[in-house]
Amino acid sequence: MSKSPGSPPTGGPRLGADTMDLLRFATVGSVDDGKSTLIGRLLFDTRQLFDDQLDAITVASERRGLGEVDLSFVTDGLRAEREQGITIDVAYRYAATPHRKFVIADCPGHLQYTSNMATGASTADLVLVLVDATSGLREQSRRHICIAALLGVDQLVVCANKMDLVDWDTSAYQHIVDEMETLARRLGLASCTVIPISALHGDNVVERSDAAPWYDGPTVLDALESAQAGGWASQHGLRQGNGGRLPVQWVLRQPGGGRSYAGMVNGGPFRTGDPVIVLPQGQYSTVRSIETADGPLPRAEVGLSVSLQLNDDIDISRGDLISSLEEQPTVTDEFEATLCWFHDRPLRAGDRLKLKHTTRVTPVIVERIEGIFDVNELEVSEAPELVENDIGVVRLRTAMPLALDSYSVDRITGSFVLIDELTIATVAAGMVGPPRLHG
Amino acid sequence: MTKMVIFQRGPMDSAATLRSTSSRPIAGPSAGRPGQPDASVTALVRPVGHPLGHLDLLESLAVFIIREVAAESERPVLLFSGGKDSAVLLHLAAKAFKPGGIPFPVLHVDTGHNFPEVLAYRDAQVDAEGARLLVAKVQDSIDQGRVADPGPIASRNRLQTTTLLDAINANSFDAAFGGARRDEDKARAKERVLSFRDSFGQWDPKRQRPELWQLYQGSVRPGEHLRAFPLSDWTELDIWQYIRREQIVLPAIYYAHSRRVIQRDGMLLAESQWVTPQGIEVVEEATVRYRTVGDATLTGAVRSEAATADDIIRELATSRISERGATRGDDRFSETAMEDRKREGYF
Repeated sequence: MSKSPGSPPTGGPRLGADTMDLLRFATVGSVDDGKSTLIGRLLFDTRQLFDDQLDAITVASERRGLGEVDLSFVTDGLRAEREQGITIDVAYRYAATPHRKFVIADCPGHLQYTSNMATGASTADLVLVLVDATSGLREQSRRHICIAALLGVDQLVVCANKMDLVDWDTSAYQHIVDEMETLARRLGLASCTVIPISALHGDNVVERSDAAPWYDGPTVLDALESAQAGGWASQHGLRQGNGGRLPVQWVLRQPGGGRSYAGMVNGGPFRTGDPVIVLPQGQYSTVRSIETADGPLPRAEVGLSVSLQLNDDIDISRGDLISSLEEQPTVTDEFEATLCWFHDRPLRAGDRLKLKHTTRVTPVIVERIEGIFDVNELEVSEAPELVENDIGVVRLRTAMPLALDSYSVDRITGSFVLIDELTIATVAAGMVGPPRLHG
Repeated sequence: MTKMVIFQRGPMDSAATLRSTSSRPIAGPSAGRPGQPDASVTALVRPVGHPLGHLDLLESLAVFIIREVAAESERPVLLFSGGKDSAVLLHLAAKAFKPGGIPFPVLHVDTGHNFPEVLAYRDAQVDAEGARLLVAKVQDSIDQGRVADPGPIASRNRLQTTTLLDAINANSFDAAFGGARRDEDKARAKERVLSFRDSFGQWDPKRQRPELWQLYQGSVRPGEHLRAFPLSDWTELDIWQYIRREQIVLPAIYYAHSRRVIQRDGMLLAESQWVTPQGIEVVEEATVRYRTVGDATLTGAVRSEAATADDIIRELATSRISERGATRGDDRFSETAMEDRKREGYF
């Protein structure tokens, strides 16, 4: 009989309200720091796990002779992951408290799965970092925190895990606080909270622990519930007041012969009557109407899929960008960018690939490798090539001009991926501009 | 005094200044100062949220994904089972292209083991959205010797894979929309929104493409195809809240009704030409509803009095059994039943 992980707290129903906000967070930590166990614990203690799911992980734990229920099996669902006891790819889990829905990307910690970690962090509002209190912050975690910061995630909740193994010694906790404070300041993060926990036993995850009377800060759930939500969906538009952008996905024919241009709004809202410019061609018009399947709107918020009708008859197709006249993006075919390179073949000057930016795909040439970004020194140093999992700075030239924003201003119009022409695999995540941290 | 948590961005930063007016970052506790207000209490004041609610954001992203895949693939198709998730998917596809019609056909992989209400619903619903319906029948695959006939009463769940892949090849579909959600199963929880299948239709969980931001990179080589799951981030509760908000019509079997059922393997199976009492099993008349719709031989009903979407949303709040755990015999074969089927090309 496997040892039960305790009983989940009793309490009200798990039901969320009709309208909740949405916090997307990703987990970061080295292998064996206990990420998947923490997520399992968080779901278990907030009563998000169903009885049959719990039965299934109990049986799976018994079959492997683990002696106790392994909550990491909640997210490590692949055959190979359970065999090896590691996380290979991002697992998405969902949780809700009365007014907030959580989308959790449980990311792998191994270096070889950095691209999977970046996948999870690219849409996150917050990163939950697991640090093993017995060993401190590892190089791999430092790297992943740095990648998350480069991707624009500026809220960190750090769990000093396995505090039970150091007898809840404050100095072990203090060591992590000091380390994180230095790192967070250097990375320019907006907030960083360090919480002493035991994911295995549930201390300070959802329930406040008696084991650390010296700590009166938030539990992990408190920290998640009070974080800034919806940042991914609203992007930096709402935060920084960038101009409205609508990358055109599809042209819809309206009854009566007009056309409307469908896409998701980013950067800032559009209103009827707003003067706009169509890029890269540079033609001016004004917004005649904002259409949705549920009828027209006077204003389209960031994050909403709509279609725009303009007052002038302009040739617009997929890949073009409708921008507010104020604060336009830059139209260019040559620019500097920061890359996370995922391919096992090195990237060198002269390489040809394809680039997908918003809804446009264009051939691209690497003009120059400017250097590699050192995650410890936070500096760019010269290098002839980028190898797998390097973060580098490159100069690119595209066949078609693109309407670009700096990534630090807009995560949508400032991001792109590179595609290998032969295998058509996604081989790099790109951010327009040099590596920029918020500080 | 133990130094505690914390770090907040300095006032010099413009973003932080802007932020401080709309919300507050997580604050640190003030350790060892009893009597003073605990800063972590103010940390629990809810920040001002995004102006769009979670259903708006889920809908918007799903519409974005549908448009993106429709634009980048040559021959997309929407897989439709008549279940609630595919009903939501069809509704979203219609919304994505209004006032135009849905620019791709709808494919039903028909096991032949259907609830009659679901077939009638399928025809009416696809017709109402003005879409073109294609039906690929497992029976045809059996008749053509593509798969072995498991016998008249056995489940045809696994056989659907061959029929699906044959239909994809025969029609040269390069993208297939599905209503799968990541909260359904631990293997689905690992799958990307765009899931690549090789020329054998196989999913390789160790070699998934990075999927960054909203840059859904949907190119495939000849013979390969992708599965697109616009409902990836939706939960069962989100689906029901959305059905209620949008007043989406579902097959009547989703709501409480009286039905003759047989208890088997902890599930309530509907009495039918394929399911009859064996040994000591008895048929009972019960008030039930379905949480999922699949092959009638192994889709179980749950006892329920929930007759409306409102009732169901209330019922879900207290349910202790997951959707598939309550109702799907096909996931009970092994610990990794879904992963194994997906590797073969299943939905």
